Amino acid sequence: MTALQMREVDAAYGPTMVLRAVTLEVEDGGIVALLGANGAGKTTTLRAICNMGVRTSGQIVFGGRRIDGKPTEDIVRAGIGHVPEGRGTFQSLSVDENLRLGSYLRRDRNVARDLERVFGYFPVLRQRFHQQAGTLSGGEQQMLAIARALMSRPRLLLLDEPSFGLAPILVQEIFRILKVINQEERMTMLLVEQNARLALDLASRVYLLETGRVVSSGPSQQIAADESVRRAYLGL
Amino acid sequence: MTAVSVASPIAAGGGRPRIRRGSLWLGALLAIALVGPFVVSGYRVFQLSQVIVYAIALLGLNLLTGFSGQISLGNGAFYAIGGYVAVIVMTKAGLPYWAAPPIAGAVCFLAGSLFGRTATRLEGLYLALATFGLATATPQILKLDALESWTGGNQGIVITKPGSPVTGLINDDQWLYLFCLAVAIALFVIAWNMVRGRTGRALVALRDHPIAAATMGIDVAAYKTIAFGVSAMYTGVAGALGVLITGFISPDSFPTLVSIQFLVGSVLGGIASIFGTLFGAAFIELVPDLAKKASDAAPQAVFGVVLIACMMVMPGGLAGLVYSVRARLARGTIRRHRAES
Amino acid sequence: MQALLHQILSGLANGAIYASVALALVMIFKATHHVNFAQGELAMFSTYMAYELIHAGVPYWIAFFLTLVFSFIVGVAVERLIMRRMQHAPELASVIVFIGLLLAFNGFAGWIFSFTMKEFPSPFASKAWYGTTYLSSHEVGMIGVTLIVLAIVFAFFRFTRLGLAMRAAAENRPSSRLVGIRVGWMLALGWGLASALGAIAGMMAAPVVFLEPNMMGPILLYGFAAALLGGIDNPWGAPIGGFLFGVLENVAGAYLVGSHLKLALALVVIILVLVFRPSGLFGRTVVVRV
Repeated sequence: MTALQMREVDAAYGPTMVLRAVTLEVEDGGIVALLGANGAGKTTTLRAICNMGVRTSGQIVFGGRRIDGKPTEDIVRAGIGHVPEGRGTFQSLSVDENLRLGSYLRRDRNVARDLERVFGYFPVLRQRFHQQAGTLSGGEQQMLAIARALMSRPRLLLLDEPSFGLAPILVQEIFRILKVINQEERMTMLLVEQNARLALDLASRVYLLETGRVVSSGPSQQIAADESVRRAYLGL
Repeated sequence: MTAVSVASPIAAGGGRPRIRRGSLWLGALLAIALVGPFVVSGYRVFQLSQVIVYAIALLGLNLLTGFSGQISLGNGAFYAIGGYVAVIVMTKAGLPYWAAPPIAGAVCFLAGSLFGRTATRLEGLYLALATFGLATATPQILKLDALESWTGGNQGIVITKPGSPVTGLINDDQWLYLFCLAVAIALFVIAWNMVRGRTGRALVALRDHPIAAATMGIDVAAYKTIAFGVSAMYTGVAGALGVLITGFISPDSFPTLVSIQFLVGSVLGGIASIFGTLFGAAFIELVPDLAKKASDAAPQAVFGVVLIACMMVMPGGLAGLVYSVRARLARGTIRRHRAES
Repeated sequence: MQALLHQILSGLANGAIYASVALALVMIFKATHHVNFAQGELAMFSTYMAYELIHAGVPYWIAFFLTLVFSFIVGVAVERLIMRRMQHAPELASVIVFIGLLLAFNGFAGWIFSFTMKEFPSPFASKAWYGTTYLSSHEVGMIGVTLIVLAIVFAFFRFTRLGLAMRAAAENRPSSRLVGIRVGWMLALGWGLASALGAIAGMMAAPVVFLEPNMMGPILLYGFAAALLGGIDNPWGAPIGGFLFGVLENVAGAYLVGSHLKLALALVVIILVLVFRPSGLFGRTVVVRV
């Protein structure tokens, strides 16, 4: 079952074209990584999916329905959780309030249970529950951002450079937890990363972007093993 | 304001045909302007003169906005200063009427530069507030007892309006009109040259990229000072001419509404074209009289609605709207040419 | 000593009005980074609506409530119809729109209702039990109503889901969209609430300053000074700034500068704050990245 499909998607900021004919697929329960150099268009791809600040043409299909051109709020309602570049936490609000905002759209009774589960993944959030989000460390804010996205019970989790600006130990921990989340909840993930090694480790499929085009794709072991790809794009 | 290049659409030109067409329109306008006062009578001639005077004041405001990207809510103050300087020059110094506008302009240039210098650190909203403070303070300052010997206090001062030297051919009102027109043309030409010259380009760079300009060594403070100085100078000349055509001045002639009127005229006409400026000037001369028939407060209500509507629908003013329509038509012509060739 | 106490308490009563206006200004500033210069005129216009209702025979508190609804709707309408279009416009364009709103509301009020001063009733009977030697019952009422309203507003923002969503939308629009908040409507609600706050200030002030189209001009200036004093982006600072400024204005007016220079005092406070401490007493300083 395909969770997300992008077909021949172009994206532009104003008059500047950033993505050209991007086509990719994310399977239910799978983890797909989007790799590429700075400026290749990785963040733009995630923004295009959520229709944030980019003009797009082409088709974006989620759960069998087209979401291209729809307002961000509606796309989110459809079940996409987006952990944006730079975490996007509400700095002046508490951890508690940030998490409550994560479950803003939910009316069901399982919110408390999901909160417990999130504490299970990120115990530090329970400790800092009433603290202002802006006072948390970078790693803790990243965990908060992921937790907030999880609280909306998404069917697809978009992660934009979760390793950014974090110490390696922390990054390893976060990626380990992401793997756990994917296994325990069959959470579908689309991950944008600069850190190719970590991404190849976590993801099952990889797409390589270069100046807005998909130049290569395939199972992560295949991409990791391919000499020319490794040298050209991954610096490995 | 949207970053409208001050030179467009006047200089935008393009191919030769469009420049010639622009000159045709200007020529027609000039012809109408020259013939106008002889076709209408008495009070209408005065109104035409007032329109020209307002056009000069609006040009002053447009230059400020075009060059510095700032708005001023206080140009009424310079309009008042220009008027009072003219009166003092004529009554106390006994100078002829045609010396009044240049002297008023010079004094206001100094006053405006001084204001610009002190307000260098203020931008956008805060500068607008400061200029608004200037506008509200002006009538109160003018009424101060200490200045009564110069300002004539609350009753104001009456001056004899200049007379026509050729009373047979041209009557007094018409002569005054032609005098204003001559001054206006001279000032427009000066503005044109300023805009297209080095000063103009530096000021536009300053407006659009102040930080970059500063790193390139352009003295931010100096140019802002000049922008205010020039703007005040134009407004001061307009104020002097205004006194000449009305023959009377008093502190109550310059309430805050005068500054607001200038803002409305500038917004409505757009800052980039002669036609827009004249349209704005005509609007602020004619509409308040009409609106007053409904209620004393009606002109203000109309101004408010006009400001909102302009910002929502046509930030470039009426001239901007006309220009964009013409541009769209022109693109249509080009496409058709390409298709045919 | 007695006179000083009287000035202070009376200042607190005036401060109640400034507190409401200041909070309204801060609410809109936090959400949109614009200062709503038309806040006073909107409040005045709403107060005229109250006047008309009362003179049509509607009991005071019902008219009060209906006026709140009216001003809420007007605020929402202004945001949805006008301010929304100005989202991507340069800042000065928005300033011009605010000036336009100010002129329009003031002008239409003068046109429709004329400039003659009118008496506006106070719901607090002049010899009521809570009147004291230092404060008239209306002044006590002003403080009381303001405190109750402030409490309700703060509870709303702190404890309700909608209040949380509005705070989120004011702080970070993209992240708010990503949790499904309809940011546009949150802004509209903010405007509606701010308008209602302004209307309350107007209805409290009118019995004292008399109802006429220009009544809110000075009050807006004081409210703005108070908001700046408390920190233009700090909702707690606003009411504190309001009460503080009320006392300051009264005490300075009585002992230092004389009552006809109160407006000048407000201007001085504004300039001092902007020049020396733009973030006010409690606000946050903002650094502009080149």
